[in-house]
Amino acid sequence: MSEGLISLSNVSRFYEMGGETIKALDGVDLTINKNEYVAVIGASGSGKSTMMNILGCLDKPTGGDYVLNGTAVSSMADNQLSSIRNKEIGFIFQSFNLLGRATALANVIQPLIYRGEGRRKRKQMAMDALERVGLKGREGHLPNQLSGGQRQRVAIARALVTNPTIILADEPTGNLDSSTTVEILALFDDLIKNGHTIIVVTHEHDIAQRCKRAITISDGKIISDKVK
Amino acid sequence: MSIMRHTESLILAVVSLRANLMRSILTTLGIIVGVASVIAVISIMQGFAHSITQQFENMGSNTVIVRPYVSFKDQLSGKTAQLTVNDLDAIGRYIEGIDIIIPAIDQRGVRLSYKGQNTTLQFVRGTVTGYDDMNNHYPENGRFMIPSDDAFSRKVIVLGADNRKDLDLPETPAGEYVQVNSQWYKVVGEMEKTDAFLGFSQDNVAFIPFQNAVAIMREQAQRNMFFMIKATNLDDSTVLIAQIERLLRKRHKIRKGDKDDFQIDTSEQLKEQFEGILDTMTLVVAAIVGVSLLVGGIGIMNIMLVSVTERTREIGICKALGATRSDILIQFLAEAVALCLLGGLVGIAIGFGLGKMVGALVPSLPEIVVPLWAILLSLGFSSAVGVLFGIVPASKAANLDPIQALHYE
Ligand SMILES: Nc1ncnc2c1ncn2[C@@H]1O[C@H](COP(=O)(O)OP(=O)(O)OP(=O)(O)O)[C@@H](O)[C@H]1O
Ligand SMILES: [Mg+2]
Repeated sequence: MSEGLISLSNVSRFYEMGGETIKALDGVDLTINKNEYVAVIGASGSGKSTMMNILGCLDKPTGGDYVLNGTAVSSMADNQLSSIRNKEIGFIFQSFNLLGRATALANVIQPLIYRGEGRRKRKQMAMDALERVGLKGREGHLPNQLSGGQRQRVAIARALVTNPTIILADEPTGNLDSSTTVEILALFDDLIKNGHTIIVVTHEHDIAQRCKRAITISDGKIISDKVK
Repeated sequence: MSIMRHTESLILAVVSLRANLMRSILTTLGIIVGVASVIAVISIMQGFAHSITQQFENMGSNTVIVRPYVSFKDQLSGKTAQLTVNDLDAIGRYIEGIDIIIPAIDQRGVRLSYKGQNTTLQFVRGTVTGYDDMNNHYPENGRFMIPSDDAFSRKVIVLGADNRKDLDLPETPAGEYVQVNSQWYKVVGEMEKTDAFLGFSQDNVAFIPFQNAVAIMREQAQRNMFFMIKATNLDDSTVLIAQIERLLRKRHKIRKGDKDDFQIDTSEQLKEQFEGILDTMTLVVAAIVGVSLLVGGIGIMNIMLVSVTERTREIGICKALGATRSDILIQFLAEAVALCLLGGLVGIAIGFGLGKMVGALVPSLPEIVVPLWAILLSLGFSSAVGVLFGIVPASKAANLDPIQALHYE
C-alpha cells in the first residue's frame, strides 16, 4: 500500500514528569486509507487518546512524521494546525463537548464560522447535518435540554458539517446506555456508507466487531493491526 | 472573510454579556461612575460656559475696561490703587478712537429696604446715562439714568430684576421709595432680566447716579471706580490700550520699570480668562475621570480573567473546531469592549440625568445639553479601556493549550 490518507511514521509522544520520561506513544507506524472504519483498542493509559490528539492535530508529536491528506503536519505552526483541524478533522468526544450556552444549531454552525462560510449557507448546512443525525426540530434546544444520545448526535452533526477528511471519535459511547450506543453506531455505519473515514477509540467489543480494522495499542506501541 | 468572523465575535460577545447582565453591570461600575461624572460635569460646564459667553456678548466685543489694580502681594503690604474722575476726563479728552466712556463704582453688600422688607444687594452700581446702551441691558419698565440725575445727584434708583420679588414691591415699582443703607431713593425704573453668571443670578443689583455713589463711598470711591470704554473701532484696540496706558502712567507718575497701578482689559480678554478657568476645571475633571476609568479597567480585567477560567473548556472546544489564536483573542477583546461600552452607555444616561437634575436645581442655568463630542469621547475612552485591560485576559485565553483546555474541569 502506498501513501494513505493518514500516514504516521515512527511517531512518538513523550512527557517529562519529574525527571522521568513517560512514553505515551513510542514509535508508531500507521497508514489509514480513505473510507476505512478503524477501531483503536487497548488498556487504559496505553496511549489511545494521545494518538487521537496527534491524529487530530491538537497535539504535536515529539518525534516522527505525520502526513495527513498529502500534507506534512508534524512541523506546522499553530495557526496552520487550527485551519487543518477546521477543514480536515471532525471530533467526537466521550463527554460531547458542546458549547453549553449555544443551541444545537449554533453548535453545529460554530466550525463553519471559523471557515468563513456565509450566514445563510452555514445555517442551511447545519440544518442539513442535524437532519442527517435525526435531530430535525431540535435545532433550537440548548444542550441541557437534550438527552445524552441527542447531545452526541449534535456533536456528530458538528463533526460532519464541515465534510472532514477524517472523523475522530474518542470513546463516543462511553457516556451512553446500550440502546443509545446502538443508535450512534448505526449512524457511524451510515457515515461509512457515505464515504467518510472514521477512527474510533473504544473499550467495547461490539463496537470493535463492527469495524473492518482493529488496532491494538499497548504501552504506546501498536501490538496488533487486524483487518477483517 | 476575516471581517465577517469578527462581527461574529461581536455578536457572540453581546450574547454572552446578556447571559450575565447583572454581573456585567456590576463589573462596569467603575466605568459607569467615570463616564457619568464626566458627562454630568461637561454638560453643566457647557451650561456655565454658555452663560458666560452670553454675558460678554451683551457687553459687546469692542468694549475696554479700565480698573485700578494692585497685585495680591502689594495688597498685603498695604498698597492701594485708584482711578479718579480726572483720569476719566483726561482719557475722554486726549485719547482718540473712543466712542463713549462711562465711569462706574460698585458698592458691595448694600442693604435695600422697602416697607420693612430687606434684601442685601450684590452691589449698587453708581453710573451714568449710556451704561444701558454699552451693556445692551435696558429697563423693563420705567427709565434708566438721565444726564440730569447725575448732574443734580438726584436720589433716584433703577432696580435690578430680582429686587421687586425680594422686597414685595408693586408690579410697576417706579414711583415707590426705597432705602439704600437708610437713605431714601425714588425708584424710576426696573431693569430686564439678565443671564445668570456661573449659575448665579446677576439681577440682585441696583443702579444709582454716579455722583451719589462717589458721595456715599467717599475715599473708597476712587479705589472702586472703573471705566467702560466703547471704541469706535476695535481693530486697533492694542493701539487704544497702549495710548490709555501711556496717559495713565504719566498721570499716576509711575516710573519706568514700575508696574501699572491699573489694568486694561478688553471684553475679549475677560472672556478668554474665563475660558481659561473653564479649561483648568476640565483638566481636573479629566484627571478624576482618568482615575475612575483606571479603577474600572482593573475591574474589567479581573472579571475577564474569571470569565476566561470559567470558559476554559469552551475555549478548548472552539480551538478543536478550528478557532485560531486570533479568533479567540478577538472574541475576548470584543467582549471586554462590549462590556466597557455597556458601562459607557449606562454612564452617559446617568450623567445626563445628573446634569438635568442640577439644571433643575439651578434654574438660572440654561438648558442642559450633552454635546455629541462628549458622548463620542466617552464611548471612545470606554472602548480604549476595554482593549487596554482586555488584552491580558484575551491573550491568556488565546494561548491556552487546546488539549489541556478540553480536559479542564
Ligand atoms: N499531559 C500529560 N502529561 C503527562 N503524562 C500524560 C499526559 N497526557 C497523557 N499522559 C500519559 O500518557 C499515557 C497515555 O495516556 P492516554 O490518555 O493516551 O491513555 P488512553 O489510552 O487514552 O487511556 P484511557 O483509556 O484511560 O482514556 C498515560 O500514561 C498518561 O498518564
Ligand atoms: Mg483516553
